[in-house]
Amino acid sequence: MSLDGDKQKEVDSGEPASRNGPGMMSRILNTVGLPRLTVGGFVVVLFVLGRIMGLPLTNLLTNSISRFGMNAVMVLAMVPGIQCGIGPNFGLPIGLLAGLIGMVSALELGFIGFEGLMLSMAIGAGLGALLGIGYGLFLNKVKGQEMMVGTYAGFAAVSLMCISWLMLPFKNPELIWVLGGKGLRMTISLKDTFGHALDKFWNFQIGGFVVPTGLLGVVFILAAAYKLFEMTKLGMAMDLAGQNERFARAAGVDCDRMRVVGTAISTALGAIGIIVYAQSYGFIQLYTAPLLMAFPAVASVLIGGATPSEASVSNAMVGALLFQSLLATTVPVAQTVVGGDISEIVRLIVSNGMVLYALTRGHGGEAANG
Amino acid sequence: MDKHGVFRVFSKRITKENFKSILVQNIVPIMFVILCLVAVRWSGKPLAFLLQEVVFRMSRNSFLVLSLVIPVMAGLGLNFGLVIGAMAGQAGLIFVAARQIPGVLGLLTACLVALPLALGLGYMIGRIMNMARGREMIAGMILGFFMNGVYQLVFLFGIGTVIPFSNKSMILPSGIGLRNTVELGTIRWVLDELLMVRIGPVRVPLATLALSAVLEVLITWLYRTKLGQDIRAIGQDMRVSQVAGIQVDRTRIVAMMISTVLGAFGQIIFLQNIGTLNVYDSHGQIATFAIAAILVGGATVSRATVGQALLGTFLFHLLFIVSPYAGQNLLGSAQVGEYFRVFVAYAIIAVSLALHSMQRARAQAAQKH
Amino acid sequence: MSGYVLEMHGITKDYYGNRVLNDVTLKVKPGEIHGLVGENGAGKSTLMNILFGMPVIHNTGGFQGKIRFRGAETVFDSPRQALESGIGMVHQEFMLIPGFTVAENIKLNREPLRDTLLAKLAGRRMKRLDWPKIVSDSKAALNMVGLGIDEMLPVAGLPVGYMQFVEIAREVDKQGVKLLVFDEPTALLTETESEQLLSSVRTIAASGVAVIFISHRLDEVLSICDSVTVMRDGEVVTTMSTSDQDTTIDRIAELMVGREVKRPDYPKRAKEPGDDDIVLTVEDLKVDMPGEEVHGVTLRVRRGEILGIGGLAGQGKIGISNGIMGVYPAQGRVAKDGIEIPLNDPGQAYKQKLAFLSEDRKNVGLILDRSIEYNISVVATLVKSMFQKTLGVGPVGIRVRDKKSAREFAAGMISELDIRCTGPGQLVRRLSGGNQQKVCIARALALDPEILLVSEPTRGIDVGAKQRILDLLVSLNREKGMTIILTSSELAELRMVCDRIAVIYGGRLVDMLSPDDSNARFGMAMSGRRAEVQ
Repeated sequence: MSLDGDKQKEVDSGEPASRNGPGMMSRILNTVGLPRLTVGGFVVVLFVLGRIMGLPLTNLLTNSISRFGMNAVMVLAMVPGIQCGIGPNFGLPIGLLAGLIGMVSALELGFIGFEGLMLSMAIGAGLGALLGIGYGLFLNKVKGQEMMVGTYAGFAAVSLMCISWLMLPFKNPELIWVLGGKGLRMTISLKDTFGHALDKFWNFQIGGFVVPTGLLGVVFILAAAYKLFEMTKLGMAMDLAGQNERFARAAGVDCDRMRVVGTAISTALGAIGIIVYAQSYGFIQLYTAPLLMAFPAVASVLIGGATPSEASVSNAMVGALLFQSLLATTVPVAQTVVGGDISEIVRLIVSNGMVLYALTRGHGGEAANG
Repeated sequence: MDKHGVFRVFSKRITKENFKSILVQNIVPIMFVILCLVAVRWSGKPLAFLLQEVVFRMSRNSFLVLSLVIPVMAGLGLNFGLVIGAMAGQAGLIFVAARQIPGVLGLLTACLVALPLALGLGYMIGRIMNMARGREMIAGMILGFFMNGVYQLVFLFGIGTVIPFSNKSMILPSGIGLRNTVELGTIRWVLDELLMVRIGPVRVPLATLALSAVLEVLITWLYRTKLGQDIRAIGQDMRVSQVAGIQVDRTRIVAMMISTVLGAFGQIIFLQNIGTLNVYDSHGQIATFAIAAILVGGATVSRATVGQALLGTFLFHLLFIVSPYAGQNLLGSAQVGEYFRVFVAYAIIAVSLALHSMQRARAQAAQKH
Repeated sequence: MSGYVLEMHGITKDYYGNRVLNDVTLKVKPGEIHGLVGENGAGKSTLMNILFGMPVIHNTGGFQGKIRFRGAETVFDSPRQALESGIGMVHQEFMLIPGFTVAENIKLNREPLRDTLLAKLAGRRMKRLDWPKIVSDSKAALNMVGLGIDEMLPVAGLPVGYMQFVEIAREVDKQGVKLLVFDEPTALLTETESEQLLSSVRTIAASGVAVIFISHRLDEVLSICDSVTVMRDGEVVTTMSTSDQDTTIDRIAELMVGREVKRPDYPKRAKEPGDDDIVLTVEDLKVDMPGEEVHGVTLRVRRGEILGIGGLAGQGKIGISNGIMGVYPAQGRVAKDGIEIPLNDPGQAYKQKLAFLSEDRKNVGLILDRSIEYNISVVATLVKSMFQKTLGVGPVGIRVRDKKSAREFAAGMISELDIRCTGPGQLVRRLSGGNQQKVCIARALALDPEILLVSEPTRGIDVGAKQRILDLLVSLNREKGMTIILTSSELAELRMVCDRIAVIYGGRLVDMLSPDDSNARFGMAMSGRRAEVQ
């Protein structure tokens, strides 16, 4: 319950000040938004249910927080995409691939532990930014169709990398198939390298609740850095380009360039995001694993109150927290109630339902073009 | 002399441009023919084997691919929500498998059970498409994922709890939910073997192919009706159609309902050939592969014909058959070939969508002048 | 029987308390070609919307008055009903489906059908198209309008002029059409095509169909119409017969614009602007702004003046400011104080201390879902690095947005311009049109401009607020010495505040007038003719 109070505060601080309108209910609905309200409500209900059924609340909380930390950077990656005008970055897998390449390269070069993690991030973010520039230039040619083209560009990139994972001449025995087959393993354990490097960094316990300081720290640093970027002239110009292309152009902003900048940042954040995710998960998953990872990230930012044309850092953080809490609490609660793992189904229905909700809300301008 | 020179440049440019535009317009099928030839060459498989495989794949897939044509004509783009139709078809098959209804009767029963489901779902898809104008394709894709969740909820948790189910052998040991694999023994190959003809070394399931042929005739016939004319009109310009008094929203819903029903029937035809139904997997890639196939045939987001659907199905599935063998022979790994064909499916969709979007932007720019 | 096919009596219409039509009466006889002329906003389109029962009328509280069509009192609930009752409309923009053939377009949604077996089961839409009849009907309709083309050609490849004929053929083909409305039918046609169109209008009228002919080309109206109704400010000024000796182009033009303009006593300047001190020169400016093309305009703007740019919609007046500011592709030379401003590069004009209030306030002028403070400050930050502060440790620092100074500036503007709001943080969407326009002005003032280009500042703003906006512009001019280029469709407001008024027609400067010039002179300039200067 206390969690919900915190969220409420975050929601309020994330919105511009001064709101006045009649009707308490409609005001709450307008401020908080339907997605946040429904998912938030679900989370509360699940926590209460868990409590009633005697599940350890600290466990649920620990799980929620660590899953939040694991996914938050990938959700954050949605923000620059939406702000620069390409919409939710359905091509996120391109960034994820950059991150995966970063990790396997660092391991191949023999860097383990913290250095390995840092090198992974450096390679991943650099490569991600480069790929993002190319991807952004491509998206400039398909304005209005970014979501669909992005989705399939991401899919194609993932399946192309599948071939590469098989063909690349990696040597490190930890990475390649045990029985000498060609190419990289399906999953690579990070147990002896940088698995949980961030989670365990300065972590501490309050009661049974484990605070992953390092993990949350990285999320916080990236979120704060992005906040700072938003306040610079470049950040403002990028945001303006996404808000209103004609207004921005009249003010001398090169909108196409801003879209490339936003896409590059989004892709680089995606690369870092998958690295943070993998160290927390303890494994690198290659091949088709990144295929569908863009959708939960898109759904999260929308749950956090973003729209396909406007998003903020707090949307991403709130959304990641709500969505991951929902998934984290569904598993144990459903296990006791239904007797099966329903979380995959909940993930499918909630995440896609949210994206659908956002897509079907009137955006007259675009419909006219279609 | 100058005049003559101008004339020559002019005429040369025209022929060259014509040639180029023809080449550009058909670049996708042409590239694919070349790709297929190379892959066939490297697969090292005898022609008879390939022919047999292609005939079977054509017979079981072309109905699904054809079901994409009408939404394209209606301006709804490629129906990524085809998976939902496939789910309805599978529900019909599950019903038949549970009751063990054999033969053609079983097949017809499956269609009959699927029909109202597909009509209802198609209506829902159409309504949602009308709410997501200009974003129909992405909405269809996401709706497909969403309904996949609902589908799983129904068959994994609904069966045995809210939905009574008598055939215990199909249910998981816990008593709730269907097992992943459902054997379609009673209706396996029923349609295919109805009229199996041997042409040289190749066995041809004429009845299945005839069904696709009937659908082709029906689609061409539909375009000569008032409904077909309305579908074509709204596909080109919704606003003008609206002003002319055509019921745009309703026609779009009808188009989606037709496509969804055809998708359901298509999936039934497909699975009677496969013989086993993977309850939670069989429909997953149906839309992607059908869409990739029709695009390979030269269709676009806004233009698709029966001919393109058939050519595309042929080329796409030929590549599907040979690429693992070619991968094995070229690179020593069949896996590479398998990933390659999936890559081709995704890439062809990405490229086609991008090309279409660019062409539209160019057309809009030209219209302004 | 009254002898009229259409009678509209005492039509009065309010939009949100604004009276846009007042006691309008219009009568048309069968076979008559009736011209309807007036400035933009005179009420012509509202009148036609009422006739056709457009949703926009019903959604805004309907109208008062009576319509009699073919002798019976009628109110159409929808355009569909109007069309079915025998009223046709030839639209200004083409309502054609490009990929369809001419014949298919003529018969769009009215295709003759043949019964089929399935239709008996599944309904009308399963009937087959009757192609032979589609072809023969189309041929007949095309003959009627005098367009000899193959009816099986796709519309997409036809010359623009032909498309207009296909539209007319469609209306003619409709069985029992009794009244046809032409809305600016020749606006996009060449001269020969126009003549051809006029002759087919005559043919149609000769067959007994009544025609309402809306046009800005007064010579056409005079040559083709039997009678003309002139509208102004939502009222009918007069209806006259074209056979009358007094009915001349000059007379019609004068009646169209004629209005007593009361010019308030604005304060005199210390030195009145003159040709000896030119601040901005525009030479042979061509602007490719769709619908508002400029085909070569030369202007010399005097320092400290308010220069008006007037003209009818679609004639190119809007394109001039947009071209100077680089918003639309332009050619030509623009220089401020002798320093050339590069065209096609938005942002360059800002550097030369020009600022622009776009006519498209909601799309280009404002970010509606952001705060007042953001709207006022963002361009100044991007263009001139204003409202920024340095964040940093030691020698390392980055320049970021300073909300505090932006908010202070916005608060200052709010009180200075009297923007009615709850504070600088309020979303612009929540403001009224007049206050939104003030936010735009504040945004321009943040740039500290010497020249302010203002397009349609009072469009969509209620009457009281209009005057406040105009007064504000005048006070900026008088108190800060700001040169203002004011583009407006409302001649009256130009004549009220401007020192000189440039009238644009067909993308070119027709005449440079003084606000005190005669109504007739303004009327003629607006319809593209320059009075002989004595």
